[in-house]
Amino acid sequence: MDTGPWSASSKMKSRYPFQDRLFRTKNSQENLDRFIPNRSAMDFGYAHYMLTEGNKKGREKENDAVTSPSREAYQKQLAEAFDMNRTRILAFKNKPPTPVELIPKCILSPPPPSKFSKPRRHIPQSSERTLDAPDILDDFYLNLLDWGCGNVLSIALGNSVYIWNADDSSTAELVTVDEEDGPVTSVAWAPDGRHLAIGLSNFHVQLWDCHSSRMVRTLRGGHQARVGSLSWNNHILTTGGMDGRIVNNDVRVRSHIVDSYRGHQQEVCGLKWSPSGQQLASGGNDNVVHIWDRATVSSNSANRWLHRFEEHRAAVKALAWCPFQANLLASGGGVGDHCIKFWNTHTGACLNSVNTGSQVCALLWNKNERELLSSHGFTENQLTLWKYPSMLRMGELKGHTSRVLYMTQSPDGCTVASAAADETLRFWNIFGTPDPSKPAPKANTEPFAHVNRIR
Amino acid sequence: MAARTVAKDIITLRGSAAIVSEFFGYAANSILYNRGVYPEESFVKVKKYGLPMLLTEDEGVKSFITNLTAQLSEWLEAGKLQRVVLVIMSKATSEVLERWNFSIETDGEVVEKGVSREKSDKEIMREIQAIMRQIASSITYLPCLDEPCVFDVLAYTDTDVAVPFTWIESDPKLIANPQMVKLHSFDTKIHKVDTLVSYKNDEWDEQ
Repeated sequence: MDTGPWSASSKMKSRYPFQDRLFRTKNSQENLDRFIPNRSAMDFGYAHYMLTEGNKKGREKENDAVTSPSREAYQKQLAEAFDMNRTRILAFKNKPPTPVELIPKCILSPPPPSKFSKPRRHIPQSSERTLDAPDILDDFYLNLLDWGCGNVLSIALGNSVYIWNADDSSTAELVTVDEEDGPVTSVAWAPDGRHLAIGLSNFHVQLWDCHSSRMVRTLRGGHQARVGSLSWNNHILTTGGMDGRIVNNDVRVRSHIVDSYRGHQQEVCGLKWSPSGQQLASGGNDNVVHIWDRATVSSNSANRWLHRFEEHRAAVKALAWCPFQANLLASGGGVGDHCIKFWNTHTGACLNSVNTGSQVCALLWNKNERELLSSHGFTENQLTLWKYPSMLRMGELKGHTSRVLYMTQSPDGCTVASAAADETLRFWNIFGTPDPSKPAPKANTEPFAHVNRIR
Repeated sequence: MAARTVAKDIITLRGSAAIVSEFFGYAANSILYNRGVYPEESFVKVKKYGLPMLLTEDEGVKSFITNLTAQLSEWLEAGKLQRVVLVIMSKATSEVLERWNFSIETDGEVVEKGVSREKSDKEIMREIQAIMRQIASSITYLPCLDEPCVFDVLAYTDTDVAVPFTWIESDPKLIANPQMVKLHSFDTKIHKVDTLVSYKNDEWDEQ
């Protein structure tokens, strides 16, 4: 292979002496005996010129053998055809900093993880199952539905309390109170999932052991009106009455009334202890939401509230503490208000307010996702699923034909039960399916379950 | 009155070198921004050549370009600079994807004899503005740079130039079988700058 080009070039040499000399003088060490046109390194104009005109001129030159200015100019021009001859190519030793890969990464990488980590959850538009709830009271101020950590649901229908076991779908009547004591105005499961508190129209609260189906004790003297709201904080049962009073009852001791909070002028219809057990939220028919601090209340005889929110323009029954963000409370107002408001209960700031266009009867946070579910009355009687904090509507669940007064969720946080004035109890699988990979948090979803076990 | 107008339009070698090297600074910034070599948010908008121009805020890039234009200015004044090439390479493979070629022709008489030429600032600015507009609009036809890229600048100088110790000799970093688009030129009457962008031929990908 070597001999071919060499012999060819030697032929060229003899034929085109000018070319030969040019190469020898300027490039002898670079072995450019043969010109191989490199399109990118030179342009064809010069190449063509060199092969045709240049040779002609070269021969002329040979003929006159005199150095003329035109020849010099040509030689210079020709040399320019070759970068390597006419210039030095220089570059900085220090290279510019390489760009941070932040931009391409965030353009390219997010789609795949989101595709894999969070498949789009299907939100069923219809209820999974519907049960009859005859004689359920159509009263906005009551709390007649609760799903305990024993996976048993309790519902008050008129003067009776029924329990429905979600594991085997068995139903049992727990108690029917006397006509003069009824109707039942509130039910609430204790953190142990075994004991049920029942608020009554006769101002009393009964405690029932649902394993043995017998009454443990009756709490009397706390209220001068019906007891429409209940909330447990470990061994403390807090009751809210139509008399505007909120009473802390220690169910272990004989004189059970340990504290009472005064602040509401009218019926207390919403009552919820925070997951930490440090703050109590109460909502009343006087359109006020109070935040009570457990520590200051028990030490301070004045029993002043920590915060008082007067922004709602209707009765506040719907209260829900956020399970993933401490000190975040959602509250919903009734007819004439229609708003869901978010509060930082540490600072007392109103974080957001959303007008839903309908009375807000109940609120539930999704324990698995950052979502909030609200139940409404006229006109759609729907359940609305909201993305938090954007408050985008993710779904509207219709099925109830009257206002959806009561909502509760299963211990695993996946299923929601709603009871409405249309005398139906509906179950919705809208909070996702239980994640088998993390069963531990489920055990702790009941706020005070862990406290209970320690004691 | 007439004499003053004439005086205003006189351009010296030093002034021309300043205009050309400043042009390189802005052009390099504009290319780096428009081609997305550095993140968009690392640039700030300034007004120049009657256009909104973008300048990098990245300290490393800033000092690189400052050092570059200072050196270019020196060579331009000496009439030794023939060409400046901004090369955009793939960060991963170092393959050359784009070459922004600025060829410079220097009026030898001005360098040797120190005479000056006449051309109004306004006219030069207008010519530069046209190039800047073309650089900004080049993204419409240049192939998408969909991988992280780095850039480098090559200076083609006369052979008799002593290499400053911060510089090294480099290969031309050519693109094999490129597509070429010639952009506008500008001329200070002392330095004439021709702009050309060559880029990797897209057809290679289809084969």
